Amino acid sequence: MTALTRRTLLVGGALLVGIGLPREPKAASLPGGLAQAPRIDAWIRIGEDGAVTVLTGKAELGQGIKTALIQVAAEELGMAPAALRLLTADTELTPDEGYTAGSHSMQDSATAIRHAAAAARALLVAAAGRRLGLPPDSLRVESGAVVGPDGRRLALSEIAGAVELDAPVPDNVALRDPAAYTIVGRPLPRVDIPAKVAGGAAYVQDIRAPGMVHARIVRPPRPGARLVDLDADAVASRPGVIRVHRDGDVLAVLAEREYAAVTAMRALARVAVWQGGTPVPEPDALFADLAGRPAKRTIIHEAGAGTPLPPGRRITARYRRRYQMHGAIGPSCAVAEFDGSRLTVWSHAQGMFPLRKALAEMLSLPEEQVRCIHVEGSGCYGHNGADDAAGDAALLARALPGRPVRVQYTREQEHLWEPYGGAMLTEASAVLGPDGRIADWDYAVRSPTHLTRPPGAGQLLSARMLATPFPAPPPKALPQPEGGGDRNAIPLYRLPRARVAHDFVADMPLRVSALRSLGAYMNVFSIESFLDELAETAGADPVAFRLAHLDDPRARAVVEAAAERFGWGRPLQRGRGAGFAFARYKNLAAYCAVAVEVEVARESGQVRLVRAQAAVDAGQVVNPHGIRDQIEGGIIQAMSWSLFEAVAHDAEGPTSRDWSTYPIARFPDIPEHIAVHLIDRSGHPFLGAGEVAQGPTAAALANAIRHAAGVRLRELPMRPELVKAAIGV
Amino acid sequence: MPTLTVNGRTQAVAAEPETPLLYVLRDEWGLNGAKFGCGLGQCGACTVEVEGRAILSCLTPIGVLEGRPVTTVEGLGSPENPGPLQAAFIAENAAQCGYCIAGMIMRAHALLRSVPHPSEAEIRAALRFNLCRCGTHMRILAAVRRAAGLEPPTTGATP
Repeated sequence: MTALTRRTLLVGGALLVGIGLPREPKAASLPGGLAQAPRIDAWIRIGEDGAVTVLTGKAELGQGIKTALIQVAAEELGMAPAALRLLTADTELTPDEGYTAGSHSMQDSATAIRHAAAAARALLVAAAGRRLGLPPDSLRVESGAVVGPDGRRLALSEIAGAVELDAPVPDNVALRDPAAYTIVGRPLPRVDIPAKVAGGAAYVQDIRAPGMVHARIVRPPRPGARLVDLDADAVASRPGVIRVHRDGDVLAVLAEREYAAVTAMRALARVAVWQGGTPVPEPDALFADLAGRPAKRTIIHEAGAGTPLPPGRRITARYRRRYQMHGAIGPSCAVAEFDGSRLTVWSHAQGMFPLRKALAEMLSLPEEQVRCIHVEGSGCYGHNGADDAAGDAALLARALPGRPVRVQYTREQEHLWEPYGGAMLTEASAVLGPDGRIADWDYAVRSPTHLTRPPGAGQLLSARMLATPFPAPPPKALPQPEGGGDRNAIPLYRLPRARVAHDFVADMPLRVSALRSLGAYMNVFSIESFLDELAETAGADPVAFRLAHLDDPRARAVVEAAAERFGWGRPLQRGRGAGFAFARYKNLAAYCAVAVEVEVARESGQVRLVRAQAAVDAGQVVNPHGIRDQIEGGIIQAMSWSLFEAVAHDAEGPTSRDWSTYPIARFPDIPEHIAVHLIDRSGHPFLGAGEVAQGPTAAALANAIRHAAGVRLRELPMRPELVKAAIGV
Repeated sequence: MPTLTVNGRTQAVAAEPETPLLYVLRDEWGLNGAKFGCGLGQCGACTVEVEGRAILSCLTPIGVLEGRPVTTVEGLGSPENPGPLQAAFIAENAAQCGYCIAGMIMRAHALLRSVPHPSEAEIRAALRFNLCRCGTHMRILAAVRRAAGLEPPTTGATP
């Protein structure tokens, strides 16, 4: 805040009227996030001192977005990246870009910033040209100044007053020629890493506000249990304890020091008496339960409906996926302060504007009196406990006005109460024609919702447990073309005759929401496993079979590149197998093909990922290392999901309470080698790449297990006991 | 009142001897490096060094640390002037969310202190106590190899 100038603040105040209001009606064909915030100063501001600030409504979740957005702005402004300051999601200062989700940040925010920065640059050189009596196109912008061909310089602080950024980004703004890029496309080192490796203040967990108190929550022993008795006097009188707070079934303790809050939380848990709970199906009954729940069917794709059923051999397969969790290494945390009328919340949730709505509703405050500021937390991977922690901090801050309240969840609370990625079922059926091509395709995915985030107050865990509770809003399916449970359910392959159905299950026994790639993980696992099953039946090579059904040249290019660089078809050691898979995320974002080599230990059923080769087309590459890291990380995370991870539960609820009851990949499980080949499409739109590796990795593993051990695994995770049972040892 | 030595500075601590070191580092000393990850000794986010050995600060009571110097990631360098291992992590982009990284660095620091040129297998074995959820493992391994002056591993099967 300190670096913001008075002018910027004034502009910021004015902006609240524009971009703080509900989104403006979409103007025709405005690119990216400009459709919601069309003015230059929503994205780029220049202070009286000439300091340039870039604004985004998106948030750094560990995906490196700060670095990439700075690169895009610096390129168009003609300035050094280090000269720019970036502000991320803050309801008082930045555009409302909803959630940082769906691999949209580059497509939406970077596209808007690119155009706004180009517009700002044009205004700067025009103003400087007038002052210097030189044509604008003879001028260049450098850090802090506009420079003429004769070497004359005008500091940005000298011309800032003459430049009106409070104007729409023109339709015809001249963008820099991608062929001349010097910053975009280069591996600029991540701007946030130095603080992270040296103990700099980097996370919401690191906030130490003056007068701040530490809070801990006590949750029920199982979902749905009610607090029926509580004698908290002894806890409230412990040294350092400020108070015990109870509202309905929400129970918390506030203390001056953090460890006093921890020990008081344990004491409070011992005196709280809970009753009841919401029953959950036993793990063995999980899939039968899901199959039996009422569902609403939507046909999301149909082709060749009037044509007769072609001749050929019909093959059918069913796939299933258990509940899986985000499992951030740092449990959720938030800080909130209430001054009697205004609430400020620092949170690592994915959407500051939706969070503000939820908090305002929960606390019956006007939205203008609630400010939500994004501060990084531990990795996110979707809707985890971050919003809930912000809700708890807000409740407790209201109870203790004037003092910032820091809420830190325990490991157990994060594991047991975060919304999981939901259990899913799919069924694929196809006719293989006499020509060895797919002649008919039938696919259905049965899935719960993948979005239970705010803005509804009832999406906040504690809001549902207050004495006057806010009920959870009815779950909704996300519509195509992006989809939710049906994300990537429509194959990109050429299918002359096809039907794809989405069976949406509204009610689920466990809390569910968005986990990185939503339904795409399961749908791509299913479709790409099934492609291999069809190729095998056809006696075709899996890569050749895919290429025979792919028309999109960019899809073909990643498939061919991954296969070639992997050394597809080369003989492997005994006990090893190779597997391949491909997807374009949402059929709208980045393309990704993954080839893997695995080793299967037949006696134990253990699968080891030996190496992986990916090929990715994310359109115009802004930071090649940023994309590489997202793909490498996606492959490792999806490997961990697919080989190890399922939420354990019994009839009372989840029992995966820590890393011993929810094991994830550790260093000995990490492949020897991962290579990521980027196909840079210079001048093409940015295509989000943060989630594209999840589905292909899962399917490539299943296909490689088939190749290595001769068994087809159709359930996620493909744990050793399943592999062993399939092998029959 | 127990006395602690952290990153070369010794001072009395206003906390009970059974208080885990992690809370003292974060709450009393205002250090950000050691992170709360699980409080159960399962994830390694809180790893610091005591007398050159990696320990889990979430499980270690300060009462046993009298006269035993503690080093946190802040003791290796600063964001502006990083130490060699930190510089290697920056050079290799070895963080995504970065929440696990301070623990990784301290674990690797303790390893390199006792084994200056570890094998790939020794690095992986040493880091097995530390969890990363973003999948930054390949970068972390590259950073530790870089700091140790090692070549990337060769995998014969890889073209």
